[in-house]
Order: sequence, then structure tokens, then C-alpha cells
Amino acid sequence: MNILVCISRVPDTASRILIGSDSKTIDPAGIKYVVNPYDEFGLEEALRLRTKNGGEVTAVTVGTAASTDVMRTALAMGADKVVLIKSENEPTDSFYVAKNIAELAKEISPDLILCGRQSVDYDSFQMTSVLAELLDMPSVSIVSALTVDSDKLTAERDIEGGKETVEAPLPCIISAQKGLNEPRYPKLPDIMKAKRKAIEERDAIPSEERVTISEMSILSKQRVGTILSDSDEDIAELVRLLHEDAKVI
Amino acid sequence: MKKILVYLEAQKDALKRSSYEVISAATQIAAEASVSVTGVLVNGTEQQAKTAGEYGLTDVIIAKHNVAGIYSSTATAKIVADCAKAEGADCVLFSGNAAGLEVAPRVSVKLEAGYVADCVELNVDGGTITALKPVYGGKAAVKAKVNTENQIYSLRPNVFTAKANPADCAVREMSPEVSADDAKAQVTSVTKNEGKLDVLEADAIVSGGRGIKAPENYNIIEDLADALGGAVGASRAVVDAGWRPHSEQVGQTGKTVAPSLYIAAAISGAVQHMAGITTSKFIVAINKDKDAPIFSACDYGIVGDIFDVLPKLTEKIKAVKG
Repeated sequence: MNILVCISRVPDTASRILIGSDSKTIDPAGIKYVVNPYDEFGLEEALRLRTKNGGEVTAVTVGTAASTDVMRTALAMGADKVVLIKSENEPTDSFYVAKNIAELAKEISPDLILCGRQSVDYDSFQMTSVLAELLDMPSVSIVSALTVDSDKLTAERDIEGGKETVEAPLPCIISAQKGLNEPRYPKLPDIMKAKRKAIEERDAIPSEERVTISEMSILSKQRVGTILSDSDEDIAELVRLLHEDAKVI
Repeated sequence: MKKILVYLEAQKDALKRSSYEVISAATQIAAEASVSVTGVLVNGTEQQAKTAGEYGLTDVIIAKHNVAGIYSSTATAKIVADCAKAEGADCVLFSGNAAGLEVAPRVSVKLEAGYVADCVELNVDGGTITALKPVYGGKAAVKAKVNTENQIYSLRPNVFTAKANPADCAVREMSPEVSADDAKAQVTSVTKNEGKLDVLEADAIVSGGRGIKAPENYNIIEDLADALGGAVGASRAVVDAGWRPHSEQVGQTGKTVAPSLYIAAAISGAVQHMAGITTSKFIVAINKDKDAPIFSACDYGIVGDIFDVLPKLTEKIKAVKG
């Protein structure tokens, strides 16, 4: 079974975000970049399926040369092959990323493609469905349990207030949700070995930018900021404020 | 812009609240851009469709098919895209819920449309929409414009207000051209978390943090949530400790929520947690530590021990709600 895993390089979720001088992207200074946490669930699932069924796991990312570090992480975790589709700038358009990955997928014809539920930078939740549509494949997103048979899969997908069980034939695309597995930590010898492994590079094919970002700002809401004590009177005052001022109870 | 199509979802005898929110947003944009709006409901009933009129939508198409058992995202995407083409709609709106987030990107490929997901504002100026969309888990937001002729947006649930605006709704039926081949991915069963309200659907949420100390202490959180008719949430620390299920996790690697009232009990306010609650209308923090970061990002705060404050708060809220 050949599996393609899509990976993106994102700021660690503990990072504080500051706006860059172009007012459109973030200031990368001081930010620690990591493999998108949801992509780690995807990669882990791929590695487990390989252990069970054999085959090859290829990890792909679309990004600048800076993405080399997350490609090394993928190799250290156990990917057989990594492909960096190089773009001039850090891509922000999901369609562009999906289009480039679709081209690679057409070459290697994977039985299964795994993505993360969302990339925690632009949070667009698009890759899985766009890629699936471009490749004319079924897909299931936000998957927290997966069973793969020789020609079909059964996935449990998180929905509001419950779960759906979805069946689809292979080849198919899945987006991984937390809970799917516990991603492994790469061992030191594997990290060292990964440094010597080859990263296949190719140039991204240009495509139209379907969405343009004109401005980035820090999302903040002016909050009332009334701080009270734990006295009975103050607790009663909080209830009054929520009832009469905020009108939420 | 020529025309807006809204994707509707049914629930019991009506539509989902998220669908009414999208209807309200769509009718408002349509009024500003002087275009019309049509809704599309896949495999729904006339009774369900008619309720769209309560929020000002006057035209709904019911697309009935039987190629998929319960539901198929791939078939739905084809139906919505075909419907947009047939109706001459160049703008399609979805709720950014589980179904919308899965179907909208497929429709965007079929219509060669730019798509902005999880919008929290749609501003119209001279017929052009500028969307505001949170990024980096809500730590920042971008203004985004679609460059293509066709445009698609999904709207973050609970952020847009469903405004009552009663009108007569005409319901049309159509038979979509879908075959088994369009329904490769099929939902075979649905399990509901019985009796438990999901944080994504709740108007009030009470979440507990590490300060709850042990899983059996969660009853004080549940009691307050019950008194509010709301849902129980949890911080990442509590979920990672195995005290609460992941379905309750609020924050950047959990669920992004936007209730009217969010109560954070013994949650310090780590940047990942705050990112998931920025679009909540009112945030209340209860924490022993007066220097906890959450106190600088809340509307109301109580400095105190949750084991002392929460039960009292629950009683007082019950008294107000009668």
C-alpha cells in the first residue's frame, strides 16, 4: 500500500503571533516552526498502516527552502521518501498548494492520501476536499478512527454533537483529527540518520491566486474587564451583570 | 455579483440554527448588492424548507435523490455546484460546520471559485465582498478578497446572528443528476452524544482547567453548565490528562467556539486556549491566581477558588433563571 502524507510547516501553537512589516503576514522572528500537529497524526497513521500492510510512505510539502526542517522530521519519524515542492514564497493559497500536490499524486498513484484536519496557520480546512476533487477521489475529513481494508476504508468522522461512520473505496483521502493515534517522538539515532537522507526537490508549478489577502491584524475584542472578589456580594454582582448588562442569562 | 446560493441543512422539522445564520448573512449581503438569494436543501422536506422564510429567505430548492444512504459529501457537492450553475448564482455561502467545511472546497473546485473558509465578517462595498477570517487559531485575522468570478464563503457558526425577518418562502423541487458514482463516500451511521450538548452548538459553555485537580471534581463544572442550559468544555491539560474526552477540548488543537457566554474555571489562559475562544461574546474567568493571563482577556473575572465560587454561582444563576 502506497501512502502520500501532506505536511506543512507552521508556528508552534504556543507561539505568540506578531504582524510582519508587510501587514499581510506574520513576523517570523523568534517563532519556532514545527510540523503541523494534525499532519503528525496523518504521518503516524501512514507509518502504522505501512507496518501492517507494507508499501511506501511518501511525505510532501509545498513551501520555501525553510520547509527542509519539517521534511527531516518526517524522515526521522519514518517516512521512506520526502518531496519538497519549492515555491518562492510561503504559500497562502490552498488551491495552489492542492494543485501542486495533485500533480505529484498523479505520478505516484497512492492508495491513500493523509492530510491534517487543518493547517494551524491559515486554518482553511480546504486541502483534503480540494485535493480529492482535483484527483476525483472520495474523501473523509476530521477522522478520529480509521480502518483500512484492501480496497475500501471505514472512517469515524467528528461532527457537531457526535460521530459519523463513513465508508469509501480506495484510493481515498483522509484528514486526521486528534485522537486518531498518538504520534511517535523520533529517536535520536533516527534524527541523526534523517540528516543524511535525500530530500527530493522540485519547483512548484505556478497557478492563479484565487484569494488575495490584503491585510493581517491581531484579532482582539475590546473586553469589559471587570474583576471581582469571591465574596457572596461579588458573586451576586457577577450574576446581575451577566443578566442585566450582558443579557446572556 | 449576480446571485447568491445558500446551502441549507435540516434538523428535525426545521433547519439547523447555523443555516438560519447563513440565511441572515446572505439576505443582508443581497440587499446591499441588489441581488437575489436562493437556498438549496438536499433531501429535505417542504416543512423544513418553509422555515427559511422566518429569516427572510423567499426561495428554496429541494434536491431529492436516493443514490446515497444517509448522506454523501461528494454527491452533495455535485448537487450544490450544479444548482449554482442552473440558477446563475456566482456566490455560494455555507455554514463553516463539519458538513460545510467538507463540501464547500469541493464546490469551489467545480465552480473554479475562490473560497474563504471560516469567515467571521463579510463586508460588502459596491458589490464586492471582503471577508474577515481568523488565522493562527484566532491569534490573528486576515482580510481576504476572492479574485475569481465565482466566490464561495463558509461562515463560522454562532458568529453571525440569525435575525427573524418573516417572509413567505416558495419551495421548488428538482431532481439532481447524480449517480452512485458521485456518492463514493457514504455515511453509513450517525452516533449522537446522547443527552450531551456539544460545545460547538451551545450558547453557553463552562470549561474546566487543571485547577479542577481530579476528574471526579468535574461535577461542579457540569452543575453550572446545566444551570445555564449550556455545554461542558475542557482545557487541553484536562483532556491530555485523560480526565475529559477530546470532543470537549476547547482551543487551538480542540474546538474553536463562539458562544454568547464562555466561563473558564481554573483555566490560566494559555495562548492556545485563548485562540479558541476569541469570538465568544462574553468571557468570564474564575481563577485563584489574580495574575493569571486570562484576567486580562475576559469581560468579567472572579479571583477565587472554583470549589468555593462555582457552587454559589450555580445557585444564584438558578435563582435568576427561575
